Amino acid sequence: MSVVEVRHLAAGYDGREILRDVDLSVASGDVVAILGANGSGKSTLVRTILGLVPVRRGEIELFGTPQRRFRHWERVGYVPQRLGAGSGVPATVGEVVASGRLARRGMFRPPGAADRAAVHEALAAVGLVDRIGDPVSTLSGGQQQRTLIARALAGKPDLLVLDEPTAGVDAASQEAFAGALTEFAANGGTILLVLHELGPLRPLIGRAVVVHQGRIAHEGVPPEPAGHHAEPGHDHVHPHADEEKATICEWAPTEGTKAY
Amino acid sequence: MDLLTYPFMLRALAGALIIGLAAPALGIYLVQRRLSLIGDGIGHVALTGVGVGLLTHQSPVLTAVLVSVAGAVAVELVRERGRTSGDLALALLFYGGIAGGVVLVGLSDDASNASLMQYLFGSLITTSPADIAVIAGLGAAVLIAMLVFRPALFALCNDEEYARVSGLPVRTLNLLLAVTTAITVTIAMRTVGLLLVSALMVVPVAAAQQITRGFRSTMAVAMLIGICAAGAGVVLAGSIDTAPGATTVLIALAAFLLTTAAGALWHRRRATPAAHVEPPDVVLHA
Repeated sequence: MSVVEVRHLAAGYDGREILRDVDLSVASGDVVAILGANGSGKSTLVRTILGLVPVRRGEIELFGTPQRRFRHWERVGYVPQRLGAGSGVPATVGEVVASGRLARRGMFRPPGAADRAAVHEALAAVGLVDRIGDPVSTLSGGQQQRTLIARALAGKPDLLVLDEPTAGVDAASQEAFAGALTEFAANGGTILLVLHELGPLRPLIGRAVVVHQGRIAHEGVPPEPAGHHAEPGHDHVHPHADEEKATICEWAPTEGTKAY
Repeated sequence: MDLLTYPFMLRALAGALIIGLAAPALGIYLVQRRLSLIGDGIGHVALTGVGVGLLTHQSPVLTAVLVSVAGAVAVELVRERGRTSGDLALALLFYGGIAGGVVLVGLSDDASNASLMQYLFGSLITTSPADIAVIAGLGAAVLIAMLVFRPALFALCNDEEYARVSGLPVRTLNLLLAVTTAITVTIAMRTVGLLLVSALMVVPVAAAQQITRGFRSTMAVAMLIGICAAGAGVVLAGSIDTAPGATTVLIALAAFLLTTAAGALWHRRRATPAAHVEPPDVVLHA
């Protein structure tokens, strides 16, 4: 069964068209990575699928239902790039993860034992049970990202959509992350994730889709790491990585060559 | 306290306690959304409603509710559309509201500075039994809505996009917040006055979050601080003959200073020897 079906999709913000003509099909149990350079439209693609960016042309179906009429949002777990701007009002890890239960429970019913159990289970999956009562603002970036995965997992979705979940995340969190996603996929879950590079999630990914200039430029099995890329423990750092990483790249020897 | 034997004092106290409880329960969501000043803005708009009421010989509280609800919904629609022009649109609406209010009150039969001051800075002592019934009814409605929908409103204010993907009725919830803000502003108008309404929504929350770790505990402590400040404000104002609204706000601010000091002290004591340092993004190989 098709979980996500996108046909001739065009979408964008404020009069600027970012996606031009995109076709994508994700079947139940697939793990699909969307790759592409910054600004290629890969994030816009998943955000349009989720209904956060308006569709201009084309169609989107979720679980066989046109997106406009889709109501079973409890089947979809969304992991955004980062936690919304810290507002000053403290919130504990448990409270943030508990919002993941709303889609399933509905907003009129108070949380019950099943909700608390699901929150615990989701936090266990990302290794953060011991932080349940801590304010999220005291967590590291990687731990906050794990909290967001736990929030999505707590709703027990069939489809997990992640937007660059590993951007700027420490190694321990990346492992906890890969573990949680592997478990989710092993239980038959479908995963659609935007990535800047395959990294530690490489073994999990069944298919890679490359977005370039608002279109799908390539689709197929992810490229096998070759040469020194294949060495165990190799941590790939692109010389053209994000702006914030650029300062690190100036002194970090990457790809075996001096950067300066 | 002899003062409390007077029925008007008891009514003043009851009104203040209801507002003291309801205003922070709503205010916490506004603070979380970084809309701390919205109550102030809606207060400006409500003054036009007061002017309409005085001019047309209707209940000023009723017309203020209607006009400020319309204003709050307009603000919400502007906020939803865009971000950049929103700030200016809000400014226009707020100044239009207060200017319209001053002009309309001036045109009415009751055109005295005293009647204007009564709405700008509150006038608990003149609160009638009918007013208290309205304040109690609407205050209870606001409080119940804020408590019942806490998980949904928390999700909305914490991460609006996530709430949307969860299938929550985001627009309805935003409008609920807008309407309850307008109602709270209007009923609090009699207690603290339109110019100090926002303080009762925001200051107890600001005070509470200095010493709490979670959202739910912040809400509970803020409501406690709100009700204590409102009660103490009325009693103190009655005995030293000051304005109850301003006295209440000063007490809430004193609570803020107190919790800030307590929070700082507590953090210093608990300061862990070495905070967990996140390893750098890049792993260097030998």
